[in-house]
Amino acid sequence: MADTRRPLSPHIQIYKWQVQMVTSILHRATGVALAVGTLLVVWGLLSLATGEAAFNQYKTCVGSPPGMVLLVGWSWALFYHLCNGIRHLIQDAGAGYAIPQFVRSSWLSVIGSVVLVVLVWACVLTCGGAA
Amino acid sequence: MSTNANDLRNPLKRARGLGSAQSGATHWWRQRVTAAALVLLGLWFVALVLSLLHADYATAKAAVAKPWNALLLILFVVTAFWHAVLGLQVVIEDYVHTRWKEVALLVAIKFLAVLCALAGVLSVLRIALGA
Repeated sequence: MADTRRPLSPHIQIYKWQVQMVTSILHRATGVALAVGTLLVVWGLLSLATGEAAFNQYKTCVGSPPGMVLLVGWSWALFYHLCNGIRHLIQDAGAGYAIPQFVRSSWLSVIGSVVLVVLVWACVLTCGGAA
Repeated sequence: MSTNANDLRNPLKRARGLGSAQSGATHWWRQRVTAAALVLLGLWFVALVLSLLHADYATAKAAVAKPWNALLLILFVVTAFWHAVLGLQVVIEDYVHTRWKEVALLVAIKFLAVLCALAGVLSVLRIALGA
């Protein structure tokens, strides 16, 4: 093993929580969650290609309470990763690096993702309840 | 890139722009390009799913079979898994410190992503081409 007497970089429990840190961690976490969630899309397409029985089984699983909880989670993860991803693309272009802008855009991704997920689920519910 | 008298790299090394990992900015750039594509494809996919909320088997199948929907679905699935592999790769490289586990995971996510992407593409083609 490496010599553990070397100075170690401080880990997250040392830092005061700040929104920029939360958005960064969430971007990774939602990215990993979405990678898993994409399997649901493939499962849906496979069931649709397989036949009516398989598709109805898929609909039952996705529409079940645990399925709906996962769907709400994944839809939020999608919108968060989308909002914050756009923020990162803008930053990659070199814009928005001043600290106040950085903090403001962090909040914008978090709040924007919540607004979008609420809008989508409001749309789902007004279309007549659970899938 | 400016010519710097303090730069100890061989001019050829700098001109190739591949860096110590020999891949240059390829990974970084592909991650951004797939991200930009997924902003558009992701929003389109959400709209497609919302339009099919309570669809029965025949309706859903007919929607996927439409040429534009089939094309964009294939693009979405392939781009999503590509982007997922690029992102998961960074997460694995950052957090898995045992070399053989790291390599095994890196290969495993690539196998899984190709398997799932091809499953999705094959399903869409089967529906769209009416097998």
